[in-house]
Amino acid sequence: MTIAFDYTRSLGPVLGRFMAGLRDGRVLGARSSDGRVHVPPKEFDPITHEPIVELIEVSPVGTVISWTWMAHPLEGQPLSRPFAWALIRLDGADTALLHAVDTGSPDRIRTGLRVRVKWADARVGHINDIACFEPGEREEDAEAVTESEPVEIVTTPIRLRYRHTTSDEEDGYLRALAQGRLVGQRCPACRKVYVPPRVCPADGVAPGEVVEVADRGTVTTFCVVNVPFAGQRLDPPYVVAQVLLDGSDIPIPHLVLGLRAADVRMGMRVAAVWRDRAQWSFTPENIAHFEPTGEADADYETYAEHL
Amino acid sequence: MSEVAVIGFASSDRSVTTSGVETLVPVFEEALEQAGLARREIGFWCSGSSDYLAGRAFSFVNAVDAIGAVPPIAESHVEMDAAWALYEAYLKILSGEVETALVYGFGKSTAGELHRVLALQLDPYTVAPLWPDAISVAALQARLALESGMFSERDMASVAARESGADVDELLGHPYIADPLRAHDVARVRDGAAAVVLAAGDRAHRSRSRPAWITGIAHRVDPQGLGDRDLTTVPSASAAAKDAGLDREVDVVALHAPFTHQELLLRAALDLPPDIRMSPVSGDAMFSAGLSRIGAAAEEIMSGRANRAAAHATSGPALQQNLVCTLRGDAS
Repeated sequence: MTIAFDYTRSLGPVLGRFMAGLRDGRVLGARSSDGRVHVPPKEFDPITHEPIVELIEVSPVGTVISWTWMAHPLEGQPLSRPFAWALIRLDGADTALLHAVDTGSPDRIRTGLRVRVKWADARVGHINDIACFEPGEREEDAEAVTESEPVEIVTTPIRLRYRHTTSDEEDGYLRALAQGRLVGQRCPACRKVYVPPRVCPADGVAPGEVVEVADRGTVTTFCVVNVPFAGQRLDPPYVVAQVLLDGSDIPIPHLVLGLRAADVRMGMRVAAVWRDRAQWSFTPENIAHFEPTGEADADYETYAEHL
Repeated sequence: MSEVAVIGFASSDRSVTTSGVETLVPVFEEALEQAGLARREIGFWCSGSSDYLAGRAFSFVNAVDAIGAVPPIAESHVEMDAAWALYEAYLKILSGEVETALVYGFGKSTAGELHRVLALQLDPYTVAPLWPDAISVAALQARLALESGMFSERDMASVAARESGADVDELLGHPYIADPLRAHDVARVRDGAAAVVLAAGDRAHRSRSRPAWITGIAHRVDPQGLGDRDLTTVPSASAAAKDAGLDREVDVVALHAPFTHQELLLRAALDLPPDIRMSPVSGDAMFSAGLSRIGAAAEEIMSGRANRAAAHATSGPALQQNLVCTLRGDAS
């Protein structure tokens, strides 16, 4: 399972100017009331708690004050070949910046090493505008740059991978689905049948007896999806309903199709439409959707508890 | 104002699913049995966990199923180690709003790439986008302390050897995994959960012949910028220890130090006597390890092995946030 999101963050006056500086090829620091220069800049003075207003340029050259070797770089890190992580105190700054140093091998990195910024080829106003640091002193004086407009927003893509582990109860439920069956489990305390099986949210006890439930039931409540969204598989409008399967005490969410969205109603009796057996796997998607059975609607009292 | 005591503690070092529910049910049962309380007698539930660990939104809400939330319960959550949830529950009891609380932490650290996940607790503008992993950040801290002469790699290996019984020279022969850290310098990250039951004054005495009274608890935080603070000192831990009343008369200490060099930094920051008895450590179960330290310190008292104990929890990168809790048995 991969979860990804592009975080967009507004920067404010201090970090906005810091990021604009990186875009322009300059590193800016914040001077606090005790005269110390903070790189990256602080937004508020740590002593007076007043907003920082003055940013000053520091050197793109500095000194490694601590380091470690990254033999197997991880996704998203500045370099994909082995590199050193380092805390680097730039000349003119009193605090250290964390970044990657490209030395090629671990025997070329040491505390006290002089390093300089290696700028990214295309700069947008992001910390990654510093591609990494490399050993060396300043080569030439940078040409004078006039300060450009602060950056307002930074976007940072975050992508994380997970392996979800099922419980024994979920495992049994999914295996039954792969055989075209629906099972629930009965709470030993309140005797209710949960589909999918789960720790009883009312009693906090593990589920017990396995109970076979019907693949037909009653629409307890529903919504009509009218809004298109990324990844949508059906053309709106369509209905997502809560279906209380016969023999269970908790509804499951699923699609109700085969009729106009406007004709779906609470209490409607519906039955599962299974996909071709050849397509079945360990998922509720083995049921393509639910369709009306044509039976008379269920009495409100039979599902009132499940709204 | 009530006095507040720990009256029950349970933990598990296995996690069944990413939801935490199945892991928590038996942990709750054991902690409640120790405390002599029924589930419905708990006045307040408070948890520590992280959605980023589970890779699912509102994982802490999902975990409430393990409590049995019908009829409605009073519940709260912190995105920190559950030691901070205990602080919240402690205040709730002190204020007189409830008499009892159950505090729990849980996490399935092995579901994702933990050391990338932890990068997301760093500054989101200038640090997290570089994805520095948690072990590398700790290694930068360890080198600063080593090169300043505070301790040696041998001292770090000795910390690991205390628990494992390994030979220090042999440990020092192992390769670095993140220079200057070797495998033994990094606590094994574990899945798991822990629960601690708290009760106010008389209620605690009714449940337990020897409750572990909380005599002080405080937490502090150091600046977020890794290069902004002196990583060889832990001012937040020192300040929390002072506020919690930790002194050198303590019988046993349970420290939450995910890395060997961090135990050495904490011993200095907390001004612990060199021969202080240390509660055994069993890995770093994310979001419950700190709470487990409070539970372990409390057990020392409830069992009668100690009369004064202290626990410490940390959260965030490179010991940024620290909590200290002091406990004692009944005066006798």
